[in-house]
Order: sequence, then C-alpha cells, then structure tokens
Amino acid sequence: MATETLGADAAAAAPGMPQLDFSTWGNQIFWLIVTLVVIYMVLSRVALPRIAGILAERQGTITNDIAAAEDLKVKAQEAEAAYDKALLDARTEAHRIVAEAKAEIQSDLDAAIAKADAEIAAKAAESEKAIADIRAGAAVAIEEVAKDTAKEIVAAMGGSADAASITAAVDARLKG
Amino acid sequence: MEGELAHIGAGLAAIGSGAAAIGVGNVAGNFLAGALRNPSAAAGQTATLFIGIAFAEALGIFAFLVALLLMFAV
Amino acid sequence: MADKAETGGLVFHPMDQFIIQPIFGGDVTWYTPTNAALWMGLSIVAIILLLVVGSSKRGIVPTRSQSIAELAYGFVYKMVEDICGKEGLKFFPYIMTLFMFIVCANFLGLIPTSFTPTSHFAVTVVLALAVFITVTVVGFVKNGAAFLGLFWVSSAPLPLRPVLAIIEVISYFVRPVSHSIRLAGNVMAGHAVIKVFAGFAAIAAVSPVAVLGITAMYGLEVLVSFIQAYVFTILTCVYLKDALHPHH
Repeated sequence: MATETLGADAAAAAPGMPQLDFSTWGNQIFWLIVTLVVIYMVLSRVALPRIAGILAERQGTITNDIAAAEDLKVKAQEAEAAYDKALLDARTEAHRIVAEAKAEIQSDLDAAIAKADAEIAAKAAESEKAIADIRAGAAVAIEEVAKDTAKEIVAAMGGSADAASITAAVDARLKG
Repeated sequence: MEGELAHIGAGLAAIGSGAAAIGVGNVAGNFLAGALRNPSAAAGQTATLFIGIAFAEALGIFAFLVALLLMFAV
Repeated sequence: MADKAETGGLVFHPMDQFIIQPIFGGDVTWYTPTNAALWMGLSIVAIILLLVVGSSKRGIVPTRSQSIAELAYGFVYKMVEDICGKEGLKFFPYIMTLFMFIVCANFLGLIPTSFTPTSHFAVTVVLALAVFITVTVVGFVKNGAAFLGLFWVSSAPLPLRPVLAIIEVISYFVRPVSHSIRLAGNVMAGHAVIKVFAGFAAIAAVSPVAVLGITAMYGLEVLVSFIQAYVFTILTCVYLKDALHPHH
C-alpha cells in the first residue's frame, strides 16, 4: 500500500519514464560504480585466479593421466612384442630340432641302407661264385659221365678203343 | 489533443518493432540456410549470428524507445 | 493518466516497476540506499556465491556449482581469446566483471516484484561509456595515431574514403549509444510487456490468455536476459579487438 502511494507520487512528480528521471542518475551511477569495483576486486583477487588454478590443475591431472596411460600402453606393446618374439624363437627352435632329428634319422637310415646294400651285394657275389663253382663242377662231371658213357657204349658195341682217343673224341664233340 | 497525437505516434513507432522482427528473422534464417549447407562451419559463426541479431534488434529497440518516450515522456 | 486508466477498469502501470525508491525513506540523494542499490548488492552476493563459494572446494571433479562457475569462466575466457586474441586476455577480468554483473542483474530482475538495475539507462550508459572510454584509451595508447587508421578504410577506392571515414567516425561514436540502449531497452521492454499482460489478467474474459502470455514472455525473457548479457560482452570484445588490432 505504501509503495503504491509512493509509486503514484513519484509517477506524478517525475516524467512518465523513471529511466528519464535524471534526479536518480547520480544515485544509480554511484552504486553501480561501487558494485563494479567490488565485483572486479572479488573476481580479479579471488575467483578468477582460483578457477584458473583449478582448471590448470585438472588439465595437469588429465595430461599426467594420459601420459601414464600412454606409458602403460607402450609397456603393454613391449610385452606383446617380447611375447611374440619368444613365441617365434620357440617355434624356430622347434623347427630346428625337428629338422635336426629328421637329418639324423635320415643319415642313420642311409647308413643302414648302405650297409644292407653292401651285405646284399656280398651275399650275391658269394652266391654267384657258388653257382659258378657248381656250374663248373657240373660241366666236369658231365664230361666224365660222357667219357664213361662213351667208353661203355664203345665196349658194348664191341669195339675197343683206348681211353685217350675216346676222351679226345668226346672233348672234340663237347667243344663242337 | 497533443497527448492523443503522441499516442498515435507511439503506435506508429511500434511498427518499427515489426520491421526489426523481419530483420532478425532474415539474419537467423540466412544463418540457418548457410548452416544446413555447411554444418561444420556453423559452430564458428554463432558469435557472428548473435552480433548480427543484436544489431538488427537494436533498431527495433530504438523504435520501442521512441514509442515509450511518446507515451510517457511527452 | 493513472486515474483515467483506473476508471476504465484496466490498471496499466507498466513503468512503475522501474521507479527508484529509497529503502529507508527520505529523498534520493547520491548515496541513499535505494532498491537499485539493493539489487546491485544482491547481484554481488550472487556472484560471490557462484564464483567464490562455489569454487571453494577446488575439486578436480567439480561439484554442481563449481562446474557452473567453470562454465562461466570458460565461456567468457574463450570469447575473449577467440575475438581479441592473446593480447586481449589482459582485459579478461574486466570483461568477466561486466558479463557476470549483467547476467546476474538480469536474472535476479526476473524474480517477481524485484528490481532490475540493468533496465535503467543510468546503469547501461555507464557500462557502455566505460567500455567506450577503455577502448579509445587502449587504442591510442597501443597504436598511437595509427589508431585513426580504423576510420580510414584502406581497402576502399580512394574517392570513397573520406565519405567512409565520416560514416566510420559517426558509427564509432554511436557505439556506446546503441550498446547501452540495446541492453536497457531489451530488459525494459520485456518487463513492461509482462506488466501489460498482467494488467490484462484483471479482465476475467482474457485472463487465461494473459496468464499464458505472461508465462511465454517470462520464458522469452529468461532467454533474452542471457543473450543480452552475451551480446553486450561479445560487442565489448569486438570493440576491444578494434583497439588492439585496428588494421583488421
């Protein structure tokens, strides 16, 4: 109610727009300057440095965390590389061992085969010799049998012939 | 009589608000058209948009002020 | 005029809300605590609560008020840095002061029955003149007479340059006028329109529409309060850029 009458009074006294009532300008400008100075002091002395500090600190923390994460990532990559390398080494080693074993077995096998071949060859030679002996023996035996048979046949025929001529004749026939 | 004329003048001055509305709409509409063609460049130009809107609107505010002066201060 | 309106059943006092009244009675002299002084003081309190008390925990993970404080800081800081460059950061506390004062005064003024200091030309003219004087002084101190090159558009054809120089000088001196009237006019217009709608709400037939209108206007005013503070600040930055780098 009081403000209502006050407002009416002021409206009656002042021009219609309170903004153009220049009698209040000094008051407003004074309080505005006080306000701005106080805000400026508060901001520049306390608030802005503090917020800048907070933001810088957060930025620092984030940067450090990112750096740490980067570090860990590099470490993980190194570990992975080492693991891969170990795996590769193990694989190469295994290959090498397999190859070695294969080579060894191969050489053993080759030696055994060679030995067996030699033995077989020896046996074959021996057998051939035996066969040759037998063959030679058989030829001599056939000669004697032929001479004996010829002698008997000559005797049975009633002829007489000395052994030497019969032998010569048989020899000649056998050779013929 | 003079007071009534002042009120008519205030009403005429209020037309200026409509003109300012056209201006602001023009600025915002052209910005939107440009932003839809090249959305990646739009973010950097919002400050320019607001400055343009402010300049267009200031003139409407001047018209409003003239209306107020005619209504209350004459 | 008030009497005339009351006889018609409609009570329009759209401008009464802007009247400066002493809190403790008496005449309004230059030091009297008035409602303007009270709401300016409340905006100081709001700024201290937000920026000083809000950030007092210095958390790496911010609380709600701290993140608003950081948001306001980053918003203005980035604006100054983008427009004025690194040199402009010297003026960051000054521009932050302007922004925080205007935004707090505007938002506090939206509380019903409150008073809005920024709706008065006395306030905005001082703010705009402070910017104007700062810009002019900084321009001449940093660039000397070369600051006058701002008015001599060297990219224009020679015969046009004197004409353009006159226009540039006029627009330079109109800057504080438009700078101040834009802010006060916007705030005043919004409040006056809400008051006019409130006057219509007295008529039963249109009161639902009027109340809806008040609600809509209030939402628009919240937006305007912030945008006008933003515009005032960004124009300050633009003017400051002219002073720091007059040759574009």
